[in-house]
Amino acid sequence: MLTILFDGIAYGMLLFVLACGLSVTLGLMNFINLAHGAFAMAGGYCTVILVNRFGVPFALGLPIAFLVTALIGGLFERTLYVHVYARPHLDQVLFTIGLVFMAVAATDYTMGSSQQFVQIPQALQGQYNVFGIGMGKYRLLIIVVCGLLTVLLQLLITKTRFGSRLRAAVDDQRVARGLGINVGAVFGITFAFGSGLAGLGGALGAEILGLDPTFPLKYMIYFLIVVTVGGTSSITGPFLASLLLGIGDVAGKYYVPNLGAFVIYTIMIVVLLWRPQGLFARSTAR
Amino acid sequence: MPILETIGLEKRFGGIVAAQNVSLTIEKGARHALIGPNGAGKTTVINLLTGVLKPTAGTIMLDGRDITALDPHQRVRLGMARTFQINQLFPDLTPLEHIGLAVSERLGSGGDWWRLVGSKSAVTGEIVEIVERFRLADVMHERTAILPYGKQRLLEIAVAFACRPHVLLLDEPAAGVPEAERHDLLATIAALPAEVTVLLIEHDMDLVFSFADRISVLVNGSLFVDGAPEEVARDPRVKAVYLGEEADA
Amino acid sequence: MRPLADEVSAYLKGRARWSPLEIAFWIFAFATIWLFPAKHLILTETAILALFALSLDLILGYAGILSLGQAAFFGLAGYFAGLVAKYGFVEEPVVALVLAGVAAAALGFITSFLVLRGSDLTRLMVTLGVSLMLGELANRYSNITGGADGLQGVTIEPIFGRFRFDMYGHTGYIYSLIVLFVCFVIARRIVYSPFGLSLRGVKGNSLRASAVGVPVKWRLVAIYTVSAFFAGIAGALLTQTTAFCSLDVLSLDRSADLLLVLILGGTGYLYGGLIGAVIYKFLQDWIATLTPQYWQFWIGLVLVVIVLIGRDRIGGGNVALRTYIARLGARLMPRRTDRREAPCRFSKQ
Repeated sequence: MLTILFDGIAYGMLLFVLACGLSVTLGLMNFINLAHGAFAMAGGYCTVILVNRFGVPFALGLPIAFLVTALIGGLFERTLYVHVYARPHLDQVLFTIGLVFMAVAATDYTMGSSQQFVQIPQALQGQYNVFGIGMGKYRLLIIVVCGLLTVLLQLLITKTRFGSRLRAAVDDQRVARGLGINVGAVFGITFAFGSGLAGLGGALGAEILGLDPTFPLKYMIYFLIVVTVGGTSSITGPFLASLLLGIGDVAGKYYVPNLGAFVIYTIMIVVLLWRPQGLFARSTAR
Repeated sequence: MPILETIGLEKRFGGIVAAQNVSLTIEKGARHALIGPNGAGKTTVINLLTGVLKPTAGTIMLDGRDITALDPHQRVRLGMARTFQINQLFPDLTPLEHIGLAVSERLGSGGDWWRLVGSKSAVTGEIVEIVERFRLADVMHERTAILPYGKQRLLEIAVAFACRPHVLLLDEPAAGVPEAERHDLLATIAALPAEVTVLLIEHDMDLVFSFADRISVLVNGSLFVDGAPEEVARDPRVKAVYLGEEADA
Repeated sequence: MRPLADEVSAYLKGRARWSPLEIAFWIFAFATIWLFPAKHLILTETAILALFALSLDLILGYAGILSLGQAAFFGLAGYFAGLVAKYGFVEEPVVALVLAGVAAAALGFITSFLVLRGSDLTRLMVTLGVSLMLGELANRYSNITGGADGLQGVTIEPIFGRFRFDMYGHTGYIYSLIVLFVCFVIARRIVYSPFGLSLRGVKGNSLRASAVGVPVKWRLVAIYTVSAFFAGIAGALLTQTTAFCSLDVLSLDRSADLLLVLILGGTGYLYGGLIGAVIYKFLQDWIATLTPQYWQFWIGLVLVVIVLIGRDRIGGGNVALRTYIARLGARLMPRRTDRREAPCRFSKQ
């Protein structure tokens, strides 16, 4: 059972890294970005190409995936997304769904529709056996990396100048602008960073989640659930929500295999019924 | 029995107390004004009275009936209507449709899905009556969003009036209305029927003192002074609050 | 009664009268039965899509509810109709159709309470979540639903025992078109009723709506349920006219494509779904001949471009076009109300 807990935590943390960019985007610009999963997919494929075809070491493949996806994210933000910020939510939904469709079809065309596997280094295959708990080495890596990232994020947000500008802009955009904070730049950087994180998550998660062109569509709902349940006003909210969902999903699929997938949806619906703004959001809704 | 009464009304937002121990008694047919400096909590009180906000403590009685737990639309059905400080209208509907909607709801046919709008003569008769009373006949088919502000403000009051309330809560009706259109507005307010009880929030002191027969002063969420206009005008504390002679919290 | 009241009454009722353009539209629609006999199969798909889009217009265009989950009702009713036909529970297709619609409406009613609360994002999530859950269910219980292969062995009895469903889709098309028309008439009645007016109020400003006594929550529940009913009818129609039902009726693609249809045609005037469906089908046909596999890419591009150009500009162009056509129609066949001495100006729409 503890193995399940371990797996669930790994899954949850992976979800968190994937989804936190989305959470910040939504909280910051009130922008529903359904194409977030496409950035994750981009990171995954980037690593696959680098590691499988060009023999780049896995440890290097991960940060490169982050950088490449962050660049793509920043580029898209400045050229495309910026035109859609002020639009009603319906437009944002349509726009980002359109982007996802394009990304999925383009990936299918260029990379084929079969699932891709990253060649993980020898060192990360197999598992440790600690006190009778089977800990997959790869999953352990995920927990460590994601845990570090979470701590880093929390530090960035709470201890740096940029972080406080970000928090100010999330809290009240108009006032932040009035204080001289360049909200556009804050958002551009944050979006790029969030996309980069998604890309890193995609690269890390290729092994566990399965990487194929339908990835953004399959997992979009999971990211959205994390954001909806966790709220958008903190980092801890989505973090805890991800853990809850990760453990719930893994446990559900193990103990009740027939209905395992429902656990996530049920949790989401129950939470939304109880607290429509998410478990950890402030009472002021946007 | 007073038509509207609040007992120990309180509203907290986390650590902030927006209203505390507000106990108002308003008699039937009264012309009651609620005044106070900005941020005193006047709109909060109206929101509590109408059910947009739920109080953290206290009760509200409408005509002897406890309405504290009721939803806003239920209170409207019981005879309480309000106007908003910033116009809350339906931008794409015409004034005719606005008033039609209010009258339909009141006469219980708002939920009819099989009839056509305009097929009940009782409803249309009343709509027209209100349109004429509020001098909106010349713009009644225009989209509300393009109407001049003064007309929109008149419509705001007309819509509330169309609910045929026993108690009408007016939240700064003259706010933002240009001089040229003020006269119409004030005349309309003065011409409201005597049976309708009116609670008015206003900053315009001329309006307040010419209109009200009773004034309550709200400061920092608490009721400060409550009495006839002459008493309130003479009270040195009221002057101090408005002119800021005392350095107060 | 005073003359102004009479005139207002006549004006209000006159607005709901069928304009000559509308009558022409429906005459043409029914004429297609004889005008395009070889195209009945694709026309049936168009009619079903039009009804499906109409159902979304009711909640999106009139009540302002953003939903990505109409496919849930479409799919539920589709499987319902397929299963009752396959196992012979209900023989008469029309009865099965209505029952399937009711089943979808029941689901709509239950889930409506989820949709009421929270922001746009929450609503998106909840509607999407419900349809994905149903998709999971259908997948999981593939012994009943046929899973990815679809429901096999569905045979639809002749309508009223007389009109057999044929291979060329003639019966199917006439059936679908009539059902579409009936549902449209009902929707039209709703929209011009006091209930419909209150919905437009709720969409415009729900705070003000409740401040005039509109029980906002219950109105939204009602229209959501009605919308689910129509979506269900569309889904059941699909199953009945194709004698088949598979998992893609519950997919995200279906809900997303529906949004596109409505955007193409415009929301809030009932014909948007119908016109959008026709445009969409044209697009699909045209693009499929160019690049059959990557249809999804082009649809995505169309969505992105439409949003970048601006829905308003498309919608605005739409509105301008409609107003022009309406004025043209009014000049061709002036109504009784025009002849009266009117002290007020009329402004349509």
